[in-house]
Amino acid sequence: MTVQPATANLLAWLVMLPLAAAVLTMLLPLRLRAAASLVLLAPMTLLALMLGAALATHGPFVLALGGWATPLGIALQADGPAVGMTLLTVAISVPCAIHAAAYLRGHAEAEYFWALFWFLWASLNTIWMSTDIFNLYVGIELLGLAAVGLVALRGDAEALAAAMRYLLAALLGSLAYLIGVALLYGGHGSLSLAHLAQTDHAQATTAVALAAMSLGLALKTALFPLHAWLPPAHGGALTPVSALLSALVIKASFFIMLRLWFALAPPGLSTAATLLGLLGAFAVFWGGWKALRQSRLKHLVAYSTVAQIGYLFLFFPLAIGTGEAAARLAWDGTMLMLISHALAKAAMFLAAGNLILAIGSPRIADLAGIGRYRQFSLLSFGIAGVGIMGLPPSGGFGAKWLLMQSALAGGGWLWVAVLIGGGLLSAAYVFKVFRHAFIEGPKRDRFEDPPAALEITALVLALVSLMIGLAAHGPLTWLRLGTPFGVSE
Amino acid sequence: MSTALFHACIGILLCTMGLFAFIVHRHLLRRLLAFNVMGSGCFLLLVGLAQDGRGPDPVPQALVLTGIVVAVASTALALVIFRRWYRVSGEGQLPEDV
Repeated sequence: MTVQPATANLLAWLVMLPLAAAVLTMLLPLRLRAAASLVLLAPMTLLALMLGAALATHGPFVLALGGWATPLGIALQADGPAVGMTLLTVAISVPCAIHAAAYLRGHAEAEYFWALFWFLWASLNTIWMSTDIFNLYVGIELLGLAAVGLVALRGDAEALAAAMRYLLAALLGSLAYLIGVALLYGGHGSLSLAHLAQTDHAQATTAVALAAMSLGLALKTALFPLHAWLPPAHGGALTPVSALLSALVIKASFFIMLRLWFALAPPGLSTAATLLGLLGAFAVFWGGWKALRQSRLKHLVAYSTVAQIGYLFLFFPLAIGTGEAAARLAWDGTMLMLISHALAKAAMFLAAGNLILAIGSPRIADLAGIGRYRQFSLLSFGIAGVGIMGLPPSGGFGAKWLLMQSALAGGGWLWVAVLIGGGLLSAAYVFKVFRHAFIEGPKRDRFEDPPAALEITALVLALVSLMIGLAAHGPLTWLRLGTPFGVSE
Repeated sequence: MSTALFHACIGILLCTMGLFAFIVHRHLLRRLLAFNVMGSGCFLLLVGLAQDGRGPDPVPQALVLTGIVVAVASTALALVIFRRWYRVSGEGQLPEDV
């Protein structure tokens, strides 16, 4: 599909603007950095919305950067998943940025936060839109470095150890991915995903490359049992950073994995797909169990992320080797799960951060009595919890419903059990927080009052995560554009 | 065996050695060195495999240049975090998992 150059250039702007913003926020004096970033949120939102409109009117399109055609140059694409994720990034980053501006006011950490925030956004957009495996590598490396920098911002021993562990995992993951790139280029002489999709997948090179890349990406997505780096990094970071990392950063490596499996998966790979699904199932139970056992609020939310990542990986056994109808349901369910988890988990981290500010302690046990005095923070946490548990009408419910239908259509009863059991576990850990919040034990009646901006951003994200379940049909139809699941309807 | 393929094989060897060291050692500087050895192995594999039987190819060389930039940046970041970590904790390695 050919579009006007101005429309195609939206793709380039969506990468260039955050990169420029990152440099700008480093050059500006300290007190202007937050203000400049908040102003720049408006053009970013506008660009993403224009891209969404362009996809709706023209269908998927590609931009060859600098006019160099694909084998030689770098291309960016706007297909359903790319545009959907770009819009999701806006939906998460804007509230997180507003939250961060209030949260970091007067903190020394604000010095580097904004530059890293914009680098993070640039690399996310690069990943969503890339069409070749090497550009994806550069994107995922940039993303990893920005994310590690954000984790290290707090600067105390715990944060530094978490950042170091995260960095080692991220580096190892990228190298595994790069080995896959080397094998694929050596075997097929091409880096483009579209071109690789047409090659002979039965070759051993492709299978080994796909295995190495999947391993690296699973490490970066923190799939059980490669998840050990995640809870300290996500649980220990500054609140807006935790929200960004859990909502978006781990989704990027999962997204690359989806792209790779579409392009490269040889037929009859259902054993590997089942293995990924089983690891996902273990993640759901292990993450849920560990979340229940945490004594610190943000670590509970971080382990909940480990569990929810598991649901995403159910896509592989549900979609591979099960027939067209089941595969499409699995795709819809996974996309909705990804989106609603991103929204609900960002909301939950922000709400958890507000609760921690209110009680002045990271421990769940210290929540006692807050149910009477800070209902607003607790409300946001609860609404986000509805999405995490997968109760109607949240997006989480819709996603689980679709995944369950896919499992039933494909005859995978095991996955149905995982979906139901995981939901029960998540209810257990969400209610654990509420149980402590409503204890009237120590007669405490003084709590800090977090600024309104912090409360409102958490509540808005939570409400969106609830509403996405009601309005999911339209977005899911667009998300299929340009994927193997077709344009139908 | 062509020279290019020989390079690729050395690359795999370096990668394996690096991975082994990365897993065995606990000291962060050693792990960082191991990562760099792995990275070099990976680059050799990338160039060697692509040029085996197809002659000189500029694409993998460009990729490796980019890869080197990324590796230098990652190493620099790791060293900064390591120095900070060493200053606040006095340890050369990470605390083991709880």
